[in-house]
Amino acid sequence: MVDLNVNLGKIQLKNPVMTASGTFGYGLEYSDFFDISRIGGIVVKGTTLRDRQGNDYPRMAETPSGMLNAVGLQNKGIEHFAKNIYPLIKDINTSIFVNVSGSTVEEYVETALRVNELDNIPGIELNISCPNVKEGGMAFGTSCPSAALVVKEVRKVYSKELMVKLSPNVTSITEIAKAVEDEGADSVSLINTLLGMAIDAERRKPVLSTVTGGLSGPAVKPIALCMVWQVYNAVKIPVVGMGGIMNARDAIEFILAGSSAIQIGTANFIDPTVSVKVLEGIEEYLIRHKFSSVNDIIGALEV
Amino acid sequence: MKKFIHDLVVKDNIELNDQYFLLILKGNSPLPEMLPGQFVEVRVDESPTTFLRRPISINYVDYTTNEIWLLIQIVGDGTRKLSTLKSGSLLNLIYPLGNTFTIPDDKNSNLLLIGGGVGTAPMLFLGSYLNDLGYKCTFLLGGRSKSNLLQLSDFEKYGNVLTTTEDGSFGEKGFVTQHSVLNNRDFDAIYTCGPTPMMKAVADYALKNNIFCEVSLENTMACGFGTCLCCVTNTTEGNVCVCTEGPVFNITKLKW
Repeated sequence: MVDLNVNLGKIQLKNPVMTASGTFGYGLEYSDFFDISRIGGIVVKGTTLRDRQGNDYPRMAETPSGMLNAVGLQNKGIEHFAKNIYPLIKDINTSIFVNVSGSTVEEYVETALRVNELDNIPGIELNISCPNVKEGGMAFGTSCPSAALVVKEVRKVYSKELMVKLSPNVTSITEIAKAVEDEGADSVSLINTLLGMAIDAERRKPVLSTVTGGLSGPAVKPIALCMVWQVYNAVKIPVVGMGGIMNARDAIEFILAGSSAIQIGTANFIDPTVSVKVLEGIEEYLIRHKFSSVNDIIGALEV
Repeated sequence: MKKFIHDLVVKDNIELNDQYFLLILKGNSPLPEMLPGQFVEVRVDESPTTFLRRPISINYVDYTTNEIWLLIQIVGDGTRKLSTLKSGSLLNLIYPLGNTFTIPDDKNSNLLLIGGGVGTAPMLFLGSYLNDLGYKCTFLLGGRSKSNLLQLSDFEKYGNVLTTTEDGSFGEKGFVTQHSVLNNRDFDAIYTCGPTPMMKAVADYALKNNIFCEVSLENTMACGFGTCLCCVTNTTEGNVCVCTEGPVFNITKLKW
């Protein structure tokens, strides 16, 4: 047996495989397909203080080796989550993170305060990187002072695991990572989607109602790997890597580049059981290469 | 309803015309229960430009032979790849997905099923399902020309078939909403699937005549089971996923 436990700062995950926010619902949507308690962590859909209707349809465009989305954080608000969703998922034997977003620092803080009251939620993924909302979201994550401010204020009221999700749409992701580390983030997750667009030439119109959206899928993987490697070498806190992971080999590449855990996103849409396959593949890799623990390969890239 | 991921065997791939083909799939194990209006998400292998699955409505189910039929229109690389599938090859499906139509209790109800283009696909399953339950239905099917009217002999097994073509090459000339049967106005329920302008025209007719009406939407989607939130339509209850709250909607709920 190999040891799959990984450390994310204030918490340990039983294995490094997580599912990414906005691609795994509240977990229950996948329970017909496999035992979702097998994976290390689930990050639930982006949650805001109040109900959000999200953007108009169309919100999705298929692109070469990936897709653009412009959902715009549609969710029913943290109170609905706490009352109606939390009771259904709180006893699932995995670490459940709430992805928290807001239009103002105050909204982030208020939402985090409410999440703090939920005993079986061990952590927050602070989303300062959503490219699909007009106010807040990525606006906080694209400058060091604003990223630092929102993390500082949430840190004051939230004592459990605070993972900050970083945007790749910046000049230097390492500077942002260091800024949020300095304000007390326990870990960073990256990358959120890359800003992109798709055009319908026949109609001479953008495909998405919002014109631009966030690109995900294998198309972004080399960029994501590079950013994980850069951030891993710039900060001391654990890094959670994601971006186009489709199989165990992709996940292992992210771990070698410095990810303590990985998140699977878009691939869940194509193969709902991909996360357990990745978990089994990581285990097989460790055995085949005679490593006793997944920790032996975190950042073990030989350069 | 529990969802499954299965590899089904392509029993037959029938070219209906240059735009449409019919895949007849056979289960290796007994097929789960499926309802008319529901759809499947098909994985398209070996098509480099196709990344996501393709949502395809269920055209017909035969539990005795353990078969599902998928009527598919070639619109891009993904569906073109599917059109080349050979008998004996495997196709990976997530199914059954979505909701179903609301059927009145009274078996003497006068039911009208309107389909246009590839939107006729779920109407065959609905018609066969209603027929099995002892309902009588009328099909009103429309296409650009005679070659676009598909599976007419299959429809005829389950009810009275009326047709329109835009060029007048078969049935009445014009759109389905111009067909003379609509002068009757005594339908108890109308079910429709097809191009959005057609469904909107049918919905207008139903609203004006105070007829119960459900439409089946086909928005683009990434997952098909309520997690990507990409396929939303605006309703009286806000934006909802077509894949889980639909694809069948009562027209009084839609704000489209």
